[in-house]
Amino acid sequence: MSIKAPRKGENYELSVDLNSEYREKRKDAIKRVIASMTVGKDVSGLFPDVLKNMQTDDLEQKKLVYLYLMNYAKTQPELVILAVNTFVKDSDDPNPLVRALAIRTMGVLRAEKIIDYLCDPLQKCLRDENPYVRKTAALCVAKLYDLKPELVIDNGFLEQLHEMIADSNPMVVANTVAALTDIHIAASSQPSISPNDPALFPISSSILTKLLIALNECSEWGRVAILNALARYVAKDDKESEHICERVVPQFQHVNGSVVLAAVKVIMIHMRGVRREDLIKQLVRKMAPPLVTLLSSPPEVQWVALRNINLLLQKRPDILSNEMRVFFCKYNDPLYVKVEKLDIMVRLAGENNVDALLSELKEYASEVDVDFVRKSIKAIGQTAIKIDAAAERCVHVLLDLIDTRVSYVVQEAVVVMKDIFRKYPSTYEGIIPTLCANLDELDEPEAKASLIWIIGEYANKIDNADELLGIFVDTFTEESYPVQLQTLTAVVKLFLKKPDSSQGIVQRILNTATKDCDSPDVRDRAYIYWRLLSTDPGAAKAVVLAQRPPISIPRTTVAPALLEELLGEVSSLASVYHKPEETFVGKGRVGAESLQRKTDAPDDRFSTSKALQTVAAGQQAENLLDFDDAPAVEGRPSGLAATEVLSHTPAAANLLAGTSSNPLDDLVSIFGAPATPAPPSANSHDIFGGLGVNSTFPSGGTGSLGSPAVQSPSVAAPPLQKNQQPEDDLLGLF
Amino acid sequence: MISVSSFYISLLLFLIYLQAFFIFNQKGEVLISRLYRTDFKRSIADVFRIQVVSNSDVRSPIITLGSTSFFHVRVNNLYVVAVTKTNANAALVFEFCYRFINICKSYFGKMDEESIKNNFVVVYELVDEINDFGYPQNSEIDTLKTYITTESVVSATQAPEVSSRITAQATGATSWRRSGDDVKYKKNEAFVDVVEVVNWMGSAKGTTLRADVDGHIQMRAYLSGTPECKFGLNDKLVIDRGAVGTSGPSSGLADRGGGDAVELDDCQFHQCVRLNDFDADRSISFIPPDGEFELMRYRATSNIKLPLKVIPTVTEIGTTKVSYDITLKTTFSAKLSATNVVVRIPTPLNTTDVDVGILGTGKAKYVPAENVIVWKIARLQGGQECSLSAMAQLTSTTTRQVWARPPIDVDFQVLMFTASGLIVRFLKVFEKSNYHSIKWVRYLTKANGGYQVRDSLIKDVHMCIDRIAHFS
Repeated sequence: MSIKAPRKGENYELSVDLNSEYREKRKDAIKRVIASMTVGKDVSGLFPDVLKNMQTDDLEQKKLVYLYLMNYAKTQPELVILAVNTFVKDSDDPNPLVRALAIRTMGVLRAEKIIDYLCDPLQKCLRDENPYVRKTAALCVAKLYDLKPELVIDNGFLEQLHEMIADSNPMVVANTVAALTDIHIAASSQPSISPNDPALFPISSSILTKLLIALNECSEWGRVAILNALARYVAKDDKESEHICERVVPQFQHVNGSVVLAAVKVIMIHMRGVRREDLIKQLVRKMAPPLVTLLSSPPEVQWVALRNINLLLQKRPDILSNEMRVFFCKYNDPLYVKVEKLDIMVRLAGENNVDALLSELKEYASEVDVDFVRKSIKAIGQTAIKIDAAAERCVHVLLDLIDTRVSYVVQEAVVVMKDIFRKYPSTYEGIIPTLCANLDELDEPEAKASLIWIIGEYANKIDNADELLGIFVDTFTEESYPVQLQTLTAVVKLFLKKPDSSQGIVQRILNTATKDCDSPDVRDRAYIYWRLLSTDPGAAKAVVLAQRPPISIPRTTVAPALLEELLGEVSSLASVYHKPEETFVGKGRVGAESLQRKTDAPDDRFSTSKALQTVAAGQQAENLLDFDDAPAVEGRPSGLAATEVLSHTPAAANLLAGTSSNPLDDLVSIFGAPATPAPPSANSHDIFGGLGVNSTFPSGGTGSLGSPAVQSPSVAAPPLQKNQQPEDDLLGLF
Repeated sequence: MISVSSFYISLLLFLIYLQAFFIFNQKGEVLISRLYRTDFKRSIADVFRIQVVSNSDVRSPIITLGSTSFFHVRVNNLYVVAVTKTNANAALVFEFCYRFINICKSYFGKMDEESIKNNFVVVYELVDEINDFGYPQNSEIDTLKTYITTESVVSATQAPEVSSRITAQATGATSWRRSGDDVKYKKNEAFVDVVEVVNWMGSAKGTTLRADVDGHIQMRAYLSGTPECKFGLNDKLVIDRGAVGTSGPSSGLADRGGGDAVELDDCQFHQCVRLNDFDADRSISFIPPDGEFELMRYRATSNIKLPLKVIPTVTEIGTTKVSYDITLKTTFSAKLSATNVVVRIPTPLNTTDVDVGILGTGKAKYVPAENVIVWKIARLQGGQECSLSAMAQLTSTTTRQVWARPPIDVDFQVLMFTASGLIVRFLKVFEKSNYHSIKWVRYLTKANGGYQVRDSLIKDVHMCIDRIAHFS
C-alpha cells in the first residue's frame, strides 16, 4: 500500500476512524474492519492503521487487532515486524491472559520475520508459573514446528515438551500430548524420516504411567487427546494390556460422546493383548450401555456412533445382542440415521426378535422417502436370507407390500424375491403368479432382470413361460443390457427345460442378440450359448442349469485386515466411512518409498495386498479429485469442474471400480454427494464390491442386495453387469 | 525393530481435529470464519455454499470432496461448519460444534443469525478461546463467562491477580469450581431436579414397541467452600450389593427396600464426578461446580411406568371420511396430575375439514396448515380419563397422494413422578467447616416429541379390494 489510497470510500473512512483521538471510535472502527474481513472484503490496506491500535490495555481490543493480524500477517510480511515489539512486551505482561494471548497469536502469524522473535518468549512461557500460559505455549511449539521444524529442534523445545508430560496440571499435560502428537504426525509424513528422529513421539511405559494419571483429571477434550496417545502405545505383555483396559473403562461413563468413543477405541486396541477370557467378556459387556446411550445424542453424533457400532458388530456380533429395539427408527430421525439403523437392525436380527423387526420394516416400507423404503424392503430380504426360520414370514410381508401396488415398492420387492428364490430354491413357487401379475408395472432394469431370472429358473413350472419371456424378446433391443443378458439366459434355460415348445423363441433371441445388439457382452454370451447348444446340448445343460452355490449375508462388509485397522481408529472419519484414510485424505504424493515402508513393516498385522490397494486408491483419489492443490487461485471453480466431470461419467467410474477392487467406486460415492447419498450408500457399494471380489458369493444372488445400479442413473448398470458376466459364465450360473 | 513397527501404527492415527470453522447463514453467506491451519484458503467457504447450502438433497452431515471434509450442524437456519483435510475425529468435531452452539445459546440467549451478527466480536473471542490450533480447549460455560463477557468494559480493568485466579480455574484439576475460599453462602442449599423424558412407541393395537427413559439430574449447588458430595440413588446394583449404608440423611422420599430399586442401563456423569469411584463401587462422589449444572444422565429401559395410555381407533368410512376416537387414560395415583398435555393427531393430506368433539376436559381444534388435530388439556388428574372423537372430511382425489402417516404424538409433564422409578436416596455434603446444609429434591417426568402411537389406518381396506380384484 505504498500508493496513496483514494481519499474516499469505506476503507478511507475506516482509516480515519482508526486514527481517531477517541478511544471508543477507534475500537468501533476495528470492529467494522473485522466485520468487513469476515464477509471477505479486502481490508489488508488498513494494516498500519490497525496496527497502531495494538498497544492497549483493553483486552478485547487487543484480541480484535490480533485477529486482524492473524488474517493479514502473511500478506504484509514487511509490516508485521512492527508488531513484534508489542508481542514481546505482552509475553512479559503481569496478566497471564495477556501473556497467553500474545504467545498464542504469535504462533499463528506465519510470517518468517516474526518467527525468529518467537523463540525467546516461547522459552519463557513454557516455564511460566501459570498453567494457562504453559498449556498455550505447549501448543505453540506445534505451531512453530509446522513453520520451521529446525527452530523447534535447535531450541530444545522438544525436550521441554517431554518434560512437561509430567506437569502437575492435567490440562498442560493434555495439550503437551496434543502438541507432541501433532509434531509426530507432521514428522512422520516426511519421506526421509529416521526411526530415531527426535520429533517422533513414541509412547514409552513411563509416559504411559503419566498419561494414565492425567487421564482422570483433565478436561473432556484433553481426555480425548490422552486416549488417542494411549491407543498408540504398544503393550509389553498381556498384564499391561489388562492394566490399560481397566484404567480406561471408567471413561465409558463420561458425558461427552467423543470421550466414550475414544475409550472404546483404546479398549478395542488393547483388548487384542488381553488373554483373560473373563476380562474380555466383562469389557465387551461394559461397552454396550454407553454405545446405546450415544443414540440419545444429537443426530450427527448419533450417526457417527451408529457407523462405529456397525463396525464393532462386525468384529463382535454379540455386543448388543439384546438391544435391537433401541435401533428402531423414530419418525423424525434424519434419513442418514434411519438408513444406518436399518443396517444395524439386520445385523442384530435373530430368531427371537425377528417378528418385531419385520413389523418395523413393514412400517418403514410405507414411509415417504423412496430411498428409505427401498432399503427397508432390502432389509426384509436380507433378514429372510439370514434367518432360515423366518424366511416364510418375510415372504408374507413382501407379498403384502406387493399388494400395495406402489410402483417402486413392487419393483424392489421383486428384486428381493429373486434373492429369496436363490437362497431357498423351489420353496416359494406358489407366489410366482403374483409376481408375474405385476410384470407390466416393472420399468426398472433391475426389477425386470430379476423377474426374468425367476421365470427362467422356474420355466418348467410356469405354463406360459414362453409367452411371458416372449414379451421381453419382442422388445429385446430396446431393453437395457442387464435385462438383455437375463432375457437371453432365461430363454436358453427355458429351451433346455422345455425343448419342444421353445425352439422358435430361442432361435429368435439368438439371432437378435448376435445380429442386432450393440453390446459386445450380450453378443458374446449369445455366441457362447449358440455354440454350446449346437455342439453338445448335454454340456449346455451342465453349464447353464448347474447347481449354484448357496448365498448368505456376509458378516463383514470390509476385509478383515481393514476391519482391524478401522477398529483402531474408532470415531475417526475413516471409521465413519468404513474406508482407509488414504482414500479420502490426500496428503501429498504417496510414493513408492512409503509403499516400500508399508510392505516392509515387520508388524504383519495387515496384509501387503491391502496396503498396495489403498495406496493405489490414494493416488487415484488425488489425481482425479484434489482440487485444492491446484494452482488455481480459488478452490471453487476447480472443485465444481471436478464434480461435473464425475457426474457426466459415472459409467466410466463404475467400470474402473468394477475392474479394480473398488477404490474409485468408493470415491465416486463420496464425491457424488448430490447424485447419490454419499457415505451411507457407500456402505452398500462396499457390500457389493466386497462380494464381487469374494467369489463365495456369486453375483447372481447378491447383485441385488447392495447394487448401486438402483440409485445411480441407469447408465451405470451395463459396466457393472459386465463385471459380473465373466464369473457367470465360468461358474455356469445361468 | 520395535520403533519401526510403532511408527507404522502411528501412520494410522492421523488425528488432527478441525482445521477451519465457519458459521453460514441460510443463504450461504459467511458470518464467522476462522482458519486454524493454513491448509485452506477462504474460498473453501464457497465450496461449502455450493455443495451443501444450495443443494436441496444433502443426505449426510459429513461431505467429503476430494480430500476435504465438511462437518456441518444446522441450528435455526445457521450452519455451523468444521472443515478438515485429515482423518479427523468425527465424534469430537460434532461434540465440539454442539458445545459451541450451547455456549452461544448461553451467552446470547439464542443462536440465530441476528445474535451472531450482533455479537460477532464475542463469538470470535470464544472461537479462539475454546479452540487453539484446531485442538479444543476449556469450554466450560461458567468458567468462560468469568473472562469473556459481552460487556467489554469489564475486561479492560481486570487486575492481574484476578486473571491469575481465572486462569488457574480454567486449567485446574477442578476447572469447574472457583477455589474454596471464594465461595460463600449464608444458607447452604442444594437443589436436585430429576427430570425424565419418557419415550414410547406404541403400535396401533396399543402394544409397546419400545419404551425407554432418558433421564438427567440437574443440580443447583449453593454450597460454601469446597464441599465434598456423595449422592445415592435406588440403583439396583448398589442396593443388591448392600454396599451403601442407610444411615445417611435421606432427603424427601424415604428409603425403600431393594424391591423398588431401579435398573439403570447406563449412566453418564459431569466431569466433576470421580469415574474411577463409580466404576469400583458405583458410588457417586464429586466436588460440585458452583451454581447450576447437569450432574448425570442416565438411561433406563426396564419396568418403565407409562404415565399415560393412549388408545386410538382410526377408521376410514368410504373414501371421503376418516373417524378418530382417541382415549387418554392416566395410570398414576390421584394425588398427582399431568399438565400441559398436548395430543397431536395427524390427518390425511387431503383433509378439508374436521369436526371435533371432546368427552372430558381440554380443547381441540384442527390446524389445516400442519394437517393435525391439536388437543390441549391443561391438567389431567390421576385416575382420570378423557376422550376425543373427530371426523375428518376428505376431498376425493384421483391420484393416490403419498402420505407418511405420521404417528399420533402426546406431550405432557407429570410432577413428582418418575417413569423409571428412580428415587434419590441421599445427598451428603462434607465440608471442612462442617456446616449444615439443606437439600431439596424434585421429580419431573415429561414427554416431548417421543411419546407416540402409530396409527396404521385405513390402507387395509384398499388392500382387501386390491387382493380380491387380483385373484378374481
